[in-house]
Amino acid sequence: MLYLKGLVVELGGKTVIKGVDLQVNREELALLMGPNGSGKSTLLHAIVGDKRCRVVSGSLVFNGAELTSLTMEERVRLGLGLGFQFPPRLKGVRLRSLVLRILEKKGLSKDEAERVLEEYSRLLRLEGLLDKDFNVGFSGGEAKRAELMLTLLQNPLLLLLDEPDSGVDVENLALMGSAISRYLSSNGRAAILITHTGYIARHVKASEAHVMIDGRIVCSGDPEEMVSNIMEHGFEACVNCRRAKR
Amino acid sequence: MNLEEARRLLKPKAEKALAKPAPYGLDLSLSSFNLGTGFGTGVEGSEKILESVGIDLNERNRSGSYYQVDNKAVYSSTRQKGLTVKPLSQALKNPENLDYYWKALPVDTDKYTAAAFLGEKEGYFIKVDDGVNVDTPVQACLLLRTPGLIQAPHNIVVVGENSRLHVITGCAAMREEAGLHIGVSEFYVKKGGTLTFTMIHSWGKAIHVRPRTVAHVGENSVFISHYINTSQVSSLQTHPVAYLDGEGSRAYLSSIIIGRGASKIDVGGTLELDAPACSGEILSRTIGFDESTVIARARVTGKAPGVRGHVECRGLLLSNKSRIDAIPELEARVQDVQLTHEAAIGRIAEEELLYLVARGFTEEEARSIIVRGFLSVELTGLPENLAKYLEGILDSLASSL
Repeated sequence: MLYLKGLVVELGGKTVIKGVDLQVNREELALLMGPNGSGKSTLLHAIVGDKRCRVVSGSLVFNGAELTSLTMEERVRLGLGLGFQFPPRLKGVRLRSLVLRILEKKGLSKDEAERVLEEYSRLLRLEGLLDKDFNVGFSGGEAKRAELMLTLLQNPLLLLLDEPDSGVDVENLALMGSAISRYLSSNGRAAILITHTGYIARHVKASEAHVMIDGRIVCSGDPEEMVSNIMEHGFEACVNCRRAKR
Repeated sequence: MNLEEARRLLKPKAEKALAKPAPYGLDLSLSSFNLGTGFGTGVEGSEKILESVGIDLNERNRSGSYYQVDNKAVYSSTRQKGLTVKPLSQALKNPENLDYYWKALPVDTDKYTAAAFLGEKEGYFIKVDDGVNVDTPVQACLLLRTPGLIQAPHNIVVVGENSRLHVITGCAAMREEAGLHIGVSEFYVKKGGTLTFTMIHSWGKAIHVRPRTVAHVGENSVFISHYINTSQVSSLQTHPVAYLDGEGSRAYLSSIIIGRGASKIDVGGTLELDAPACSGEILSRTIGFDESTVIARARVTGKAPGVRGHVECRGLLLSNKSRIDAIPELEARVQDVQLTHEAAIGRIAEEELLYLVARGFTEEEARSIIVRGFLSVELTGLPENLAKYLEGILDSLASSL
């Protein structure tokens, strides 16, 4: 599904991604972990075509198509969907109307769209926010749930989730985890999920975990083992381990 | 006193003010226009444009109507007991109605009011008796057809004690030729009454627009005004003033102003919070396109204890050749008042555009979603289908930009 080879990305004149190889196949969920500032968000933004993230070299292939020359609009149309870590506030744009517009653009009839909206907002406990302006006055957890709902409703083939679990309480983590799992079990979807804390890892079934440090993927392996190691020893252990490898 | 005497007393004041410029807006030479009746005889052929300014010629969901073409009343109707909708000239045959004649707005306010008084021909008179709720709107249409004309309707709206009235006024021009519209409006909302006044303008690029409006808002009464200007104009300047004279009265003025082409627009509003425990809010959303200039003014004066006032001016600049000014003003005359304002002018945030494109929208769609969000003002106080209609107007406005 997604294949990165030697990817180097600049952001604001600085090289942030320094040669990343990564492969994610259908029905896989890859966890991407790493300390703050290691380049995880930049990587997801570069994949989806955020024009601020300039691909300097390397390739980015999605379902056989080279993405580097495509605009974000085109990439989204191909089936990439990014859930932002910090989605903006949209004053005057109600969550309900945003969802309905996304669904109508997906070709759903008005009635179908209303039905899907109701189902998902119940699933993610967002009913009370539908008539509020998007992200205006949302709590941290509410913003994360709303962002997940919008990303899932786009129905992407590859789901890119940027820290969906930060600031979310335990109960809602389970809710979000089950929504993500349910989504991935529907025919051949895949996901890359950035988690800083690893909390969400308890609620989804990941196929592989990767640790990114200073713009490079330094370690890949069994998600359960890696998450528990990192939770116990922190990324400091990864840094040291990486040095040891050299 | 009869009408003739009333006019005789006001005439010298008006004549003296004929050269008096307005404090704001492009100063126009009145001699370039004529103040005749105009040759317009009816609203035929203008159904579409009238629909775009909220006028339904089939009068569905309307409790009364008034249509004026140029300076001539062509139709009026009333469908509810206790509600009067008629041409001003007829209403003034009843001397009681002279109590409202040029009583809120001085004839010598500026050259435009003076000219409107001296050349006065027609306008609408809408009155609701005490204790009557008119829950479906009354519509008033002012259509400008004759090139070079000054259309100067003099409108009076009276809401009786503990009564309720919704008025929607749609103003439009049928031609691209020059013209001047001076709508003079006097509103009186009596004790416990509620008036919502919605006005939609769709003029032409050679039309100058100078509405003059004053409202008196009595004890525990409510005045709500929503103004939307969607079209290009040559120049537009208006600054309605509401005097909250009665204790506990409330006012809310919202305006949505789209500057297009070379339009020179100066739109404001003043709330005079004169009685204890009054409150009011002025809110504006302005968008600058092309080479337009848009000035949004708002002034709240607190003169009595316990009053609260708020001003919110927001501008969205969508062209580097356009200019938006936001000028909020607050004036407190006694200690126990609470007056606040916020003003902000910006462009569309790149971050928001990017986000919506990531959500699957094209850049144009993303832009229209953001603009529509920007135009969302609380359409407070309106009956449901009128609010829906206005939402629809804003939807199509945002998607056409």
